[in-house]
Amino acid sequence: MSVVTVIYAILFYAAALIFVVGVGRKIFIFATTPQPLKIPTTPAPTTRVGVWARMMREVVVFESLFKSNKWIWLFGWLFHMCLFAELAWHLRYFTEPTPLFVTWLHWFTNFTGFGMVAGLLGLWARRLLVDRVRYISGPSDHLMLALLVGIGASGLVMKFIMHTDIVAVKAFFLGLLRFSIQPLPADPALMAHLAMVALLMIVFPVSKLLHAPGVFFSPTRNQVDNPREKRWTRGWSAEYDNTKLDSAE
Amino acid sequence: MADFQTPALREYPIIPLLHEGTMAHSRPFVAKPEHQASVGFPGELVENWEQKAVDKLGELVSKSRALQVFLDSCVKCGACTDKCHYYLGTEDPKNMPVARQDLLRSVYRRYFTFAGKYFPKLVGARDMTKDVLDEWYTYFHQCSQCRRCSVFCPYGIDTAEISMAARDVMDHVGLGQKYSNEIIGKLHKIGNNLGLPEPALRDTLEGLEEDVKDETGVDVKFPLDVKGADILLITPSADFFAEPHIDGLIGYAKVFHAAGASWTISSYASEAANFSMFIGSHDNLRKVALRIRKAALDLGVKRIIFGECGHAWRVAYSFLNTLAGPFEFLDPKYPVPQHICEYTYDLIQRGKLNFDKSANDNLVVTFHDSCNVSRASRMGDMPGGQFKIPREVIKACVNNFHDMAPDTINESTYCCGGGGGLLTDDLMELRVKGAMPRMQALKEVVDEHGVNHVAAICAICKSQYTKVLPYYKFEMDMIGSVHGLVSKAIRLNPVND
Ligand code: SF4
Ligand code: SF4
Repeated sequence: MSVVTVIYAILFYAAALIFVVGVGRKIFIFATTPQPLKIPTTPAPTTRVGVWARMMREVVVFESLFKSNKWIWLFGWLFHMCLFAELAWHLRYFTEPTPLFVTWLHWFTNFTGFGMVAGLLGLWARRLLVDRVRYISGPSDHLMLALLVGIGASGLVMKFIMHTDIVAVKAFFLGLLRFSIQPLPADPALMAHLAMVALLMIVFPVSKLLHAPGVFFSPTRNQVDNPREKRWTRGWSAEYDNTKLDSAE
Repeated sequence: MADFQTPALREYPIIPLLHEGTMAHSRPFVAKPEHQASVGFPGELVENWEQKAVDKLGELVSKSRALQVFLDSCVKCGACTDKCHYYLGTEDPKNMPVARQDLLRSVYRRYFTFAGKYFPKLVGARDMTKDVLDEWYTYFHQCSQCRRCSVFCPYGIDTAEISMAARDVMDHVGLGQKYSNEIIGKLHKIGNNLGLPEPALRDTLEGLEEDVKDETGVDVKFPLDVKGADILLITPSADFFAEPHIDGLIGYAKVFHAAGASWTISSYASEAANFSMFIGSHDNLRKVALRIRKAALDLGVKRIIFGECGHAWRVAYSFLNTLAGPFEFLDPKYPVPQHICEYTYDLIQRGKLNFDKSANDNLVVTFHDSCNVSRASRMGDMPGGQFKIPREVIKACVNNFHDMAPDTINESTYCCGGGGGLLTDDLMELRVKGAMPRMQALKEVVDEHGVNHVAAICAICKSQYTKVLPYYKFEMDMIGSVHGLVSKAIRLNPVND
């Protein structure tokens, strides 16, 4: 077994562990931190079902972003939707047999790689060209874009220019899932692609990528607007019993 | 006071380019030790304040999911950067919502995140220093907590929450804002922001009874501390004191009169405002809210109705039940609390009020949606009732009504520029500049439709307009209360004749 294979096997075990534990920990914190007051941004749905619908609109069509800025929406939405399609498409490296819906994506994936990179470059252009966005961008924001563009570009290279042995790649990842290490082809594009993906998984729990779980926990979006109908108390606001006060007077 | 230029109103609104530091000099007066003491905070910067500020910040984040999620989730997409009226009016980049958040987020990252602890430069993490504290004081007092940014952020990040937290941290280490803290102290002591004691309040209300009698020949009552009344009216104390607020109060009284309602004001809870929200202080927030519970119990009322006040309606609608509930002792037929516009609207719907709209024919009216009503509360039982109900009340009273541009009303409304504890003369430059987007929208309807009157349902908006309208070459008495329009048009003789 080659050194490269061993290094990548270890890298992916470590990255997966950091990703799962780190994001899991953050989700736990989000979920267990109380929200003492009702603060939905109104007009807000008055029922749970309405909140689900609002949340779906936020994560599927980026409703608030659409209201806000059509360019950011266009690039951001294009990037994310292509990313989701690509993530689903990559499931075929982890499943045997590959689920049917993944194979349906075949036609789309001729374009999704380009869509991802185009969306990212659009967002990056705004970061460089629009003075307001340039002002708020830090080094980590540029590095994150570079990393994602790198992942997309190296994927495109493998798909259209320097094909890699995807059967071997699949065997490698299926092997990892079964704790049996299989040889990984040592193509440069594949090496780069996988290294960057592992890096992304590692930085995920300590970076702004936390917006992915964060959006579901945002009280301004996920709270039901019914404070008069149903008394809301959580955390510090649940610590008092006002009826006791009345009799003490 | 520093000299400054009132921003120009343009043909079309534009997004300005950045001009760094244009508002770096803007600071409200610092609270004196006695003001700080009156709201339970140390009088001056405490020893080891850096550590204490960081500890307090950590505590606040651990107790608020909103803060935790907002501080972790911003992707710097920039969608909010052109949404703040203070940025649009001052061009200072630190008034862009995300940049304002970052003043605090940088400290959060430094002390509470892996990336900030080990790679501070990469993620813009900063130590808690005196410069940082000064910057907080400067720019967290340039946020009116209007939540406009939160509407447009893909994750609903609400800079208002972050401003409140920053002010709370500053208060805890002994750096408070005079305006808000002095007022909250007065409210604790006397029962209202103005410091108006019971005898003075009684005098004022009796004077109003005489005025209305002179004007209409009808005995409209302004009852105070009447035990056993059905309705407790909680209204901003500005309503007792100054134009154009008083016209609103007269309007409520006439509506109650026409409906034959039994109502009262309380001298103990003679204030709807609760500035504790502005400084993010939960203890003060609750203490003020509990006055209302006590007044309702002592007077034995059946329902609580709030007068025209923006942030007060947020605290009332969204928080009162949480802070001072449960209200099982009130009549379960009515929501607790109700807004005076809901009450009037309901009477209009049921045909219980008569109006002569022509009494307002000298006016071409537009409506200013107040931030806290629009983006932090509701009226009626439908989402968006807070936009519809006040407009329906206005339209029942006037013949000429025009809305301002769609992207400046309803949930996208622009702040008047004076909310969030900034309605003080020591922030005049900020207030004038922050009003620019609203004034721009107003100018359009003035030019196109001959609008000559702005109706509002917020004491802060009304005071702020009165002050800033002249800077933009409008008449200062263009602003009025929604119930001021009601007051003019309502017919006081019984409906069924
Ligand atoms: S819109 Fe939200 S995520 Fe985007 S920069 Fe502003 S606060 Fe951050
Ligand atoms: S809450 Fe309002 S004032 Fe504060 S940053 Fe957001 S838009 Fe500006």
